[in-house]
Amino acid sequence: MKSAVRGLRGLALILGMAAALLAAPGSALADAADDILARFATDRFADTEKAIADLAGSGLPSASAILEALAANKLLFDPQERKIYIGAEGAPLIDAKTGAKADAADAAAMKRVRTNNAVRTALQAAQGALGLTSPDPVKRRSAAEAVYKARDPAQRAGVEAALAAEKDPQIRDIFSQARAAMIALDAQAPDAQKLEAIDVIRARASRDTISLLSAVANANKDRVKAAAEEASAALQARQALWSHVQNIWYGLSLGSVLLLAAIGLAITFGVMGVINMAHGEMVMIGAYTTFVTQEWIRTHNPALLDYSLLFAVPLAFLVTGAVGVAVERSIIRFLYGRPLETLLATFGLSLILQQAVRTIFGANNREVSAPAFMSGSFEWGGLAITSGRMWIIVFALLVFTALQLLLRATPFGLRMRAVTQNRRMASAMGIDTNRVDALAFGLGSGIAGVAGVALSQIDNVSPNLGQSYIIDSFMVVVFGGVGNLWGTLVAGLTLGVANKFLEPFAGAVLGKIALLVFIILFIQKRPRGLFALKGRSVEA
Amino acid sequence: MARAGPPFLDTRGIIFLAILIAAAVLVPVMALAMPPGSFFHMPVYLVALFGKYLCFALLALALDLVWGYCGVLSLGHGAFFALGGYAMGMYLMRQIGSRGVYGNPDLPDFMVFLNWKELPWTWWGFSSFPYAMMMVLLLPGVLAFAFGWFAFRSRVTGVYLSIITQAMTYALLLAFFRNDMGFGGNNGLTDFKDILGFSVQAGSTRAALFSLSALMLAGSYLIARAITVSKFGKVLIAIRDAESRTRFIGYRVETYKLAVFVVSAMMAGAAGALYVPQVGIINPGEFSTTNSIEAVIWVAVGGRGTLVGAALGAVVVNFAKTWFTGVLPEFWLFALGLIFILVTLFLPKGIVGTMSQWTSRERRRAGGAPAAAE
Repeated sequence: MKSAVRGLRGLALILGMAAALLAAPGSALADAADDILARFATDRFADTEKAIADLAGSGLPSASAILEALAANKLLFDPQERKIYIGAEGAPLIDAKTGAKADAADAAAMKRVRTNNAVRTALQAAQGALGLTSPDPVKRRSAAEAVYKARDPAQRAGVEAALAAEKDPQIRDIFSQARAAMIALDAQAPDAQKLEAIDVIRARASRDTISLLSAVANANKDRVKAAAEEASAALQARQALWSHVQNIWYGLSLGSVLLLAAIGLAITFGVMGVINMAHGEMVMIGAYTTFVTQEWIRTHNPALLDYSLLFAVPLAFLVTGAVGVAVERSIIRFLYGRPLETLLATFGLSLILQQAVRTIFGANNREVSAPAFMSGSFEWGGLAITSGRMWIIVFALLVFTALQLLLRATPFGLRMRAVTQNRRMASAMGIDTNRVDALAFGLGSGIAGVAGVALSQIDNVSPNLGQSYIIDSFMVVVFGGVGNLWGTLVAGLTLGVANKFLEPFAGAVLGKIALLVFIILFIQKRPRGLFALKGRSVEA
Repeated sequence: MARAGPPFLDTRGIIFLAILIAAAVLVPVMALAMPPGSFFHMPVYLVALFGKYLCFALLALALDLVWGYCGVLSLGHGAFFALGGYAMGMYLMRQIGSRGVYGNPDLPDFMVFLNWKELPWTWWGFSSFPYAMMMVLLLPGVLAFAFGWFAFRSRVTGVYLSIITQAMTYALLLAFFRNDMGFGGNNGLTDFKDILGFSVQAGSTRAALFSLSALMLAGSYLIARAITVSKFGKVLIAIRDAESRTRFIGYRVETYKLAVFVVSAMMAGAAGALYVPQVGIINPGEFSTTNSIEAVIWVAVGGRGTLVGAALGAVVVNFAKTWFTGVLPEFWLFALGLIFILVTLFLPKGIVGTMSQWTSRERRRAGGAPAAAE
């Protein structure tokens, strides 16, 4: 009985829409609209409900504004004139029909159009139906999605009408899936139609489809049930596959973070042999540089706020690079060839840098906002991708490529490799080894700072930021093999993916412990990492 | 018997032992027998504080044995210290009995809180003091043995060894933070009531623990000294200075390293066990990598390879820490960082090492025989 009523309502809606399409614009439409709107002013729920359905089908340009106002409790009526207005307390009244300002109307005489549950249900359906025919494709799309999710049989006729009128192929697909969902769940529909419907639904690979299919399987028998179950199983298998892909994606994302954090260390530790325990603090300084840059732009030139990260990258590189050169000149150059002492001195340095930042910026987390192009997410196949993570992967690979080019294709890179391989020989060939040392350390630190810009997007910018990355970074470099950037790349991504695959079985913490133990054991087997340097330079 | 080797106890060692024994006797007297208000009275909190310093000194001594004499820079000695501490903490937890907040006679409070029904097997036997003390030595010893067995055999040396010891303590840190481990999660073990029937809060217990720490430090010094002046110790020094050469001469370098690493880990465990009843808590924070590195700097400040210096360094640095955190809490990390940098740059031999350098120079100037190099 109830569904019949709803069906009638839907029918009325469609008839209204058809009428709207057929009716010549002009006085006839205006009269009909006045009649509909007058019914809002009777102060009876039943009339209001009917008026909503009729209004949705009337084709009146202001219909959606009126319904919105009703939903927001802002629709008023004048009991004497039987006209309706939109207005909130304190705001000027607007004539609901024309959308013009109604200065003449007497605000004091107005009463609010009341709503109850039935009215609100009708309102939602009407708004959905209005959305289906909206000229704006984005609105149509979201309305179509909503209809698919609601699977309200009352809307079937509306969906069919919208489907016939739709031109955009993607939105058409959603409409036909929504229609199929209704058919598949309709007890009266013949089996052949249902089977067809199931095929249509299958094309849509999402979690709610599986629940829809199982509902269909439960509601039907024989062939339809079997088809629904088969489709559901296929979708589940597909989803399991996608969840593996998703895991790999998460792993790559984590791996790129590890890579970013470790790649500067691969220069200072891997290439120069300097144990820089203050590496994490360089990352932290990079993150704080980002924060300062963003604050400065926010106060001086807010229009550029979305591009603040673009400014922060070179700035962070320069700031941390300069810190690195200063550290190398004042501390590290006295400790070459004494790696354990270097470790201690740079650890002391890390304490000082942490405390200095804490003194200047306070111990609390600082907020670095994400630019518009890095926020939000999208779906690709069955994969949910957040833009921020994607950009960090891209950024990590860019940094890696740039660094690799710098080392392989520039005179500076050549000198640096020469000094690494044989310091005395390089010196004899006229290379200023002191200068190369300082610049190389500055380069490693600068890269750490650049990593800090990226990490400021996904981690708390606090004085302790660096500490959380230092051990992971060392693990990545040691695992990948010292003195080899490719090793660092492979190690970072491998550890990231392995971590994400261990997580479902062991939990985040145990997974991490397992990886640490694995690396400890791995180093026993291959003390020089995955990609070990070979030849005489190894022992030097 | 080696003819020209240093005497078993040199002047420095005798002074060190004398001070420790005097402290072991005098501090309880000052804390308990002197009336409050007397100039010689020592408040209980100071006794606990100095007791804590002595535990750190023992840890530093243990670290000096492997780093100063064998060149193995362990950044994971805090893990052995903490394991010893946990073993002691578990004994103390079992002693609480039904006096916990929930009054459960079998389960410690945190297990009742987690809704556990029975004691996990890892806690078996910890209500017995001898068993717990055995574990204090065994747990760190076994871990050090397993770790060293792999690491030294595959010739992981230098910086790599340091990094994986750090990874080891970090892994333990993460593990002990988990509630599922059954060791109190991030709150650790605390609320201790008594040890061997004596209240841990009582002044007399505190004084006894202090004396015990001093005597333990003295005893460990004697053991370490015995190791380092023996032929075994000579090989250790040879490994430190030229590992490959020692191996080529025919010594099994990994066996020597492993032996001294295990002894050192046990000493660190004993230090942790004495530490816990004096501070009244053990939590996973003790596994943090920072703690282990701080212990290394104590040794560096005092002078690596001097034993006495390591203990001295631990006391000096921790005294400075107490003073700074009381007066200028903001600046302690600056100061500690500066200590790290300045000591490595300007005082590579540490306080004691530099002093002995001076005295031997003085002696040479005075025309005496050149002092034996340490």
